[in-house]
Amino acid sequence: MNPIHVQLVNLFAAAMLLLAFAMLSQRRILALIHLYALQGLALTASTVTVAWATGQHHLYGSAALTFALKVVVLPWILHRLIRRLSVKWDVETLINIPTMMLVGIVLVVFAFNLALPISDFSRSIARGTLGIALACVLLSFLMMITRSKAVPQVIGFLSMENGLFFAATSATYGMPMVVELGIALDVLVGMVILGVFLFQIREQFDSLDIHHLEKLRED
Amino acid sequence: MSATLAALDGALAVAAAWFAIGIAGLAAPRSVRFVAWFLFPLSAILGVVLAGVALAGLPGGAQSAILPIGLPGLPFHVRLDALSAFFLVLLGLAGSGVSIFAAGYFRAGEGTAPGVLCLQYHVFLGAMAMVLLADDAYAFMVCWELMALASFFLVTTNHRIREIQRAGFLYLLIAHVGAIGILLCFGLLQANTGDYTFANMRAQHLAPLGASAAFLLALFGFGAKAGIVPLHVWLPEAHPAAPSPVSALMSGVMLKTAIYGMARITFDLLGTPTWWWGVVALAVGLATALFGVVFAAAQVDMKRLLAYSSIENMGLVVVAFGLAIVFRAYAMLPLAALALMAMLYHCLNHAVFKSLLFLATGSVLHATHERSLGKLGGLLRYMPWVAWTALIGVIAAAALPPSNGFVSEWLLLQGFLFTGGLPNPYLRMLVPIFAAGVVLVSALAGYVMVKFFGVIFLGRPREEKLAEANDAGFLERLGLAWLASGCVLLGIFPVAVLELIDPVASELLGRGLAQGGRIGDWLVLAPVSAERASYSPLAMLVVALAVVGLAFVLVRRFYHGRVRRAAPWDCGYPLQTARMQDTAEGFGQPIRQIFEPLFRMKRELPTAFDAAPRYKVTIEDPMWHGIFEPIAAATEALSRIVGFLQRGRIAIYLLYSFLTLVAVLFLAQA
Amino acid sequence: MSLEGVLAQLAAAVAALVLGPLLLGWVNQWRAWLQNRTAPPLTQPLRTLHKLFWKESVMAHGASTLYRLAPYVVFGCMLLASMIVPTLSTNLPLAPAADAIALVGLFALARLFISLAAMDVGTAFGSLGARREMLVGFLAEPAFLMVLFTASLITNSTSLATIVSSLSHRSLAILPSLAFAGVAFTMVSLAENARIPVDNPATHLELTMIHEALVLEYSGRHLALLEWAAALKLFAYSCAGLAIFFPWGIAQANDRTALLFSLPVLVAKLALGGIALAVIETILAKMRIFRVPEFLASAFLLGVLALLVHLLLGA
Repeated sequence: MNPIHVQLVNLFAAAMLLLAFAMLSQRRILALIHLYALQGLALTASTVTVAWATGQHHLYGSAALTFALKVVVLPWILHRLIRRLSVKWDVETLINIPTMMLVGIVLVVFAFNLALPISDFSRSIARGTLGIALACVLLSFLMMITRSKAVPQVIGFLSMENGLFFAATSATYGMPMVVELGIALDVLVGMVILGVFLFQIREQFDSLDIHHLEKLRED
Repeated sequence: MSATLAALDGALAVAAAWFAIGIAGLAAPRSVRFVAWFLFPLSAILGVVLAGVALAGLPGGAQSAILPIGLPGLPFHVRLDALSAFFLVLLGLAGSGVSIFAAGYFRAGEGTAPGVLCLQYHVFLGAMAMVLLADDAYAFMVCWELMALASFFLVTTNHRIREIQRAGFLYLLIAHVGAIGILLCFGLLQANTGDYTFANMRAQHLAPLGASAAFLLALFGFGAKAGIVPLHVWLPEAHPAAPSPVSALMSGVMLKTAIYGMARITFDLLGTPTWWWGVVALAVGLATALFGVVFAAAQVDMKRLLAYSSIENMGLVVVAFGLAIVFRAYAMLPLAALALMAMLYHCLNHAVFKSLLFLATGSVLHATHERSLGKLGGLLRYMPWVAWTALIGVIAAAALPPSNGFVSEWLLLQGFLFTGGLPNPYLRMLVPIFAAGVVLVSALAGYVMVKFFGVIFLGRPREEKLAEANDAGFLERLGLAWLASGCVLLGIFPVAVLELIDPVASELLGRGLAQGGRIGDWLVLAPVSAERASYSPLAMLVVALAVVGLAFVLVRRFYHGRVRRAAPWDCGYPLQTARMQDTAEGFGQPIRQIFEPLFRMKRELPTAFDAAPRYKVTIEDPMWHGIFEPIAAATEALSRIVGFLQRGRIAIYLLYSFLTLVAVLFLAQA
Repeated sequence: MSLEGVLAQLAAAVAALVLGPLLLGWVNQWRAWLQNRTAPPLTQPLRTLHKLFWKESVMAHGASTLYRLAPYVVFGCMLLASMIVPTLSTNLPLAPAADAIALVGLFALARLFISLAAMDVGTAFGSLGARREMLVGFLAEPAFLMVLFTASLITNSTSLATIVSSLSHRSLAILPSLAFAGVAFTMVSLAENARIPVDNPATHLELTMIHEALVLEYSGRHLALLEWAAALKLFAYSCAGLAIFFPWGIAQANDRTALLFSLPVLVAKLALGGIALAVIETILAKMRIFRVPEFLASAFLLGVLALLVHLLLGA
């Protein structure tokens, strides 16, 4: 019977996996943004739990940063972006949703088995969740591959970063503060650049469908 | 000693008697009365005798004998052990039901004379019995071939129809491809000793590579006969082409001889299996089951639907087989026994309910001359015997309690739930996914069976001539009732059946379910332990009937039982015709839509300008297009290349002989 | 098979027969209040049943014995299912007769009979309803089984009584696999009981009905039995969910006083569950029928995921 903090971390890990799957099967962009915000919330809660259980105070700082960035700032930027781009339609996927979820399950099994020997080496209390973190990364990658509009791909990229952060907190006790701040800044700057990029795509092709980008090739 | 030998002698005597009946049929080849009223019922009685004899021989040890037939120096070895005895029971029970039905079914004008048909049928039965008794590779292969040839002639009974000829040829072709696989496997098993008896093969210890090759060849060879994907393509052609009693025998019994072969080679002749063989069998079995059931949902011909359903059930049997191998490889013997019991029970159940369903379609075919689901309907009113026994078969095929289909499904799922104890982590996680697949397949089987029963027997007749359909005759009813009661009894008394089958597991695995674990008492089936899982079909049935009866009585007592007949309401639509019901294509449309990547569909859609618009959809098997047509094309290309050798000029042929002579002399000198 | 066991069993049956329609009435009341309407009284479904039993049963000319038999069979299956699920107590003599897999099989048997009865009359609506019901069923049944398997793997048993006693005796623990299974179970429950977002229980439009299309031709006492069976099905599903996810309060064997408390506890839990159901139905909109397979496929895959999470985390 695991102690309470390990159970809580397991619960938040499961919530993150659930949200990753929900994002995979979601059709509407607004709902995707909300799910991403919820995933950030689960991440924050998990970091706070690890911080409280192990007394590593710098994790409180990174939890606050995560909350500010991923639950407040980035979803707000995304909201503004889609309002200005007037993007509100349903997203069609390249392969149908049940097949995608089936591939997702296979990826989860693969990630779990990959993580088993690695998690034995870790001394962190949350080491059982390394497999889940890896699975989240792979699922977000899958989401990026199978969407045909640009905005969900951006959200997939952000969600991948969530998974990586979770892996870091579960295998070790977070990353050095400098590294974290660097990554956070990278993500923020990346968002701004991607926003500009999206506008350019829309200007060029009058649509955000990435199939139009296929015209840019040597023929 | 004499009692135990009696079982083997009894089985051999029945097989010989079947051959004799077949030959007797030639005495009066055109006489339907002699064949139908005397010979077939006699063979049905012999079937029951065989089942009884084999049942008596199950608990005893193995008995062998050497028959004086065969080549000089290569006589037939025969052996009756628990595995053979179980499959002989299956053959006897299902065979007798089919024979008594066939007595009422075969009439003159089928295409082959009744006497000749009798010969082919009984040679088929006798050959199957001998396959189950054979104890050396030579006897096995001779009887296997005999079985294939006899069934080929039976399939092409109405040989004047072109499609039936084609179906028979395809069947023979794939049967022989499989036979090559089996021969190669036996070749590997005898490990260069030159002695082809099974006793010798048991004593050999093959290197891991050789053993794995033998297993894969056995899976391939026997799988071709059992209808495993991708070698299943003959099943949906041959079963509908054959007359219904023959389809019932083929689907119910012949496919099980292939399972017997697989079990014999893997558990008996190869000794301890390796774990990844089980994974291969699990994967192949699940793919077969899923493929079979999805295609069954899209069929519009009632016998093709049942043929695909047989493919699905054989897939489930191979899944159970794979699970048993995995458990055996990790030396978890009680669980291996559980999985093996599930496999054998499902074989028995399938033999009974599939034969029942095929025989019901035979009656429908004789009464209406229609095979297509689009032209049937409403037959419950005109053919009540056939319909109600078919309902029992449908409930069994859909694996619903309290029928027998549910018991084998339950045992298989219990086996899957134990896989958390496996040492290999990948297997521990993969196996629940297989369990999910099995559950999905059985849910789809329910869908298919509702389509089958609903479109044929319920609703309104889609053609007017259906009103003249006659119910089955007396002998046919007897056969149907025999098989239906088999379904019911096998479902309600699973503990008794499992206790009878247990010696097979003891013999093949070393430990049965009863030793160490338990099977249960007469009322409750509880393998392993009662807290873990238990099931009592009799109690459920009694309580359900009590509730139904009580509801009926109480409603009548406190309220009333009046009924008034009127036209169907149908939401107030005034015009209702029989063609407004769902067609068979329509009922299968959701499955077609969900599983679209698995099908190869060709659609003809009407345009707005057609004077006589038509909608036609043809569904083809993608394996045919993806695997067999390329192989056929490659074979033809290869033969065209080799055909260059045929020049037509004599000088060239003499040149070939000269070159061969020179080469031989050169080699002899070196 | 002790006397208290038999009494507990009978009490469970009577509770199911009475509480089932009351639960339906409770859900309808809350739906009405949430939609700012006046609500029918709580006992309205019971009154409807009484009214229907008095009415004459009108049957189509072509309806066969199967059609007449089906309502009784369906009612019998649903009552049996309610008696197997541990509602008030785990000391049920019928518990060894059927485990979780047999429970799913019972629901499937009822579904088969009602689909066949719908096809029996030979109208377009009947076969349409049968087809849709089997479509929902063939995806919902595996999903439900996956949820039950997760519970079985956690408690090492498929017997419902053992699952309940095992889960209620564990110290309070948050099991992520059960969280996944809970979400999957909610989705399956909504689908199988013909609730929004899968089917509208109050609709009579051809494009939207599943359950209504099956009972379209029935009237009088047959319709009463089928409606009662639907209420029993909702009750059985709710109790199964409560037994797996909130098992506290169910009387264990040899615990006489607990039996007195179990009824109020059950009523309280069902009341909360009914409010939750009404809220879900009010918030969500009904899906197109072509989206239903995706919805159920997600539930199925969530169930598989729950199994995998249990095998990885051991929780």
